[in-house]
Amino acid sequence: MTRSTAAKIAVRGIWMTFPPMERTQPGIIVLEDINLEVADGELICIVGPSGCGKSTLLNIAGGFLEATSGEIRIDGLPVAGPDPRHIFIFQESSVFPWLTVEDNVGFGVKRSDPAERKRVVDHYIEMVGLTGFGKAFPRELSGGMKQRVEIARAFAAEPDVLFMDEPFGALDYLTRMKLRSELTQIWQRERKTVLFVTHDVEEAVQLSDRVVVMGKRPSRIRDLVTVDVPRPRDLDNPVCRHLRDHIFRVMGLDHSGQSIERPGAADGTDLGEGSQTVLIRKAGG
Amino acid sequence: MRSKVESLLLPLTVAVGFICGWHLAVRWSGTDIFPTPKEVVLGTVELARKGVLIKYIVASLFRVSAGYLLAVFIGIPAGLLMGWFGRARMAFNPALQVLRPISPIAWIPVAILWFGVSDLAPIFLIFLASLFPITTSAMAAVQNIQINYIRAARNFGITGLELFRKVVFPAALPQILTGLRLALGVAWLVVVAAEMISVNSGLGYLIIDARNAGKRYDLVVAGMAMIGLIGLGLDWLVRRMETLDEVRWGLSGR
Repeated sequence: MTRSTAAKIAVRGIWMTFPPMERTQPGIIVLEDINLEVADGELICIVGPSGCGKSTLLNIAGGFLEATSGEIRIDGLPVAGPDPRHIFIFQESSVFPWLTVEDNVGFGVKRSDPAERKRVVDHYIEMVGLTGFGKAFPRELSGGMKQRVEIARAFAAEPDVLFMDEPFGALDYLTRMKLRSELTQIWQRERKTVLFVTHDVEEAVQLSDRVVVMGKRPSRIRDLVTVDVPRPRDLDNPVCRHLRDHIFRVMGLDHSGQSIERPGAADGTDLGEGSQTVLIRKAGG
Repeated sequence: MRSKVESLLLPLTVAVGFICGWHLAVRWSGTDIFPTPKEVVLGTVELARKGVLIKYIVASLFRVSAGYLLAVFIGIPAGLLMGWFGRARMAFNPALQVLRPISPIAWIPVAILWFGVSDLAPIFLIFLASLFPITTSAMAAVQNIQINYIRAARNFGITGLELFRKVVFPAALPQILTGLRLALGVAWLVVVAAEMISVNSGLGYLIIDARNAGKRYDLVVAGMAMIGLIGLGLDWLVRRMETLDEVRWGLSGR
């Protein structure tokens, strides 16, 4: 061990540059010096405007992309590629359409004993509320149900880290609300370390222990917001509302979605009303 | 329910109309070479009585099966590998794309040169005719696989041959099946052409022989009708496979 740290995931000095479209132009810097420590069992959301590189960061952590420089360590070991202990959940369902729900959920199950396997599969199918759909094929399911299968399949592999890349992004509003609250319950029971990328600020506030707020390209971490509100969270809770508005401001938008041009608004120090500062604890960054 | 009745009734009406029109056209034109529908039916019965009909059908089907299956066993693995490995595609795809537009009919002289007048010549032609659509579709199928399936499988620790068996092949299967169906249609077209030239049995031979041996156009048309009906049957068989749950997800018109 080169470094003694309690962090489950340690992101250190990540830079990411994509090659330019034309050779004469410089490369596009997507991520600029990202540093982050995630504790074991923590649920962290990464929010930012689209194209800010939040997905790129998650893909690097998942082992699907290599950073230009810097490293990500999980359990003290550098990420070298996809790993069954760290499962990635995609936005467009990657549920295998040629397998039944049961076979999908069982895909990553490591147990070899058939009875044990079945128990694990049934448990996670039940966990996502799909009992009775085990023999169904994905094409017979709605978008929300498919995403539930994806979540069950990830948990059934018994990973200790989950990377979720806008997993509810393609779903309708009501389904998204429902899955959010279900994910909260599941996470409270299973206590996996979760890195969750979303562009939905309310989703981030409702789900996470801490919210990583990223700015436009090249992305740095603009703020790290701790959400100290007991779950399940009501978005009408004044603390949640304030945090949401704060995050919008850090991202350079006001609540109604209009750009804030004021200097200082983007760095998260200018919160407008003094009373909010109490609710926000900046941690690192 | 209405659509089901209609889907039977409409084509049946067209068939009846076609046969009536055919009958009348033969009558009014006063031809004594081209047969009426009734004469074709009688000709078919005559062929069946003599036992040649079943013999020729079996001969044609045997050639198609042999050449087609050979193409399946070579074309699918070749296509999968070319779809998966960029290097293999780079090396072999240009050759494939040059050979593909050459009609199998153009190969007939070459086939006779290599295999003589035997079963092997038409089998070779059918093999060639089926190989290109099967290989090309398998290759395209692998290239079109949603990257997320591969990424998810890798994430679960699946690699190498297991990745091929568990993800690449099933993900490519619907499009492979489309290629198989296309290839079977082509194979059936080609067997008839090949039999007209290089063998002395089969439905293609029946047609050319009936013409040459006494201008028996009732038997010519009987042979043509058999070819059409069997082609329809083969297509129906492949379509049955397309309703399997393992491939239905990837085919339109469920």
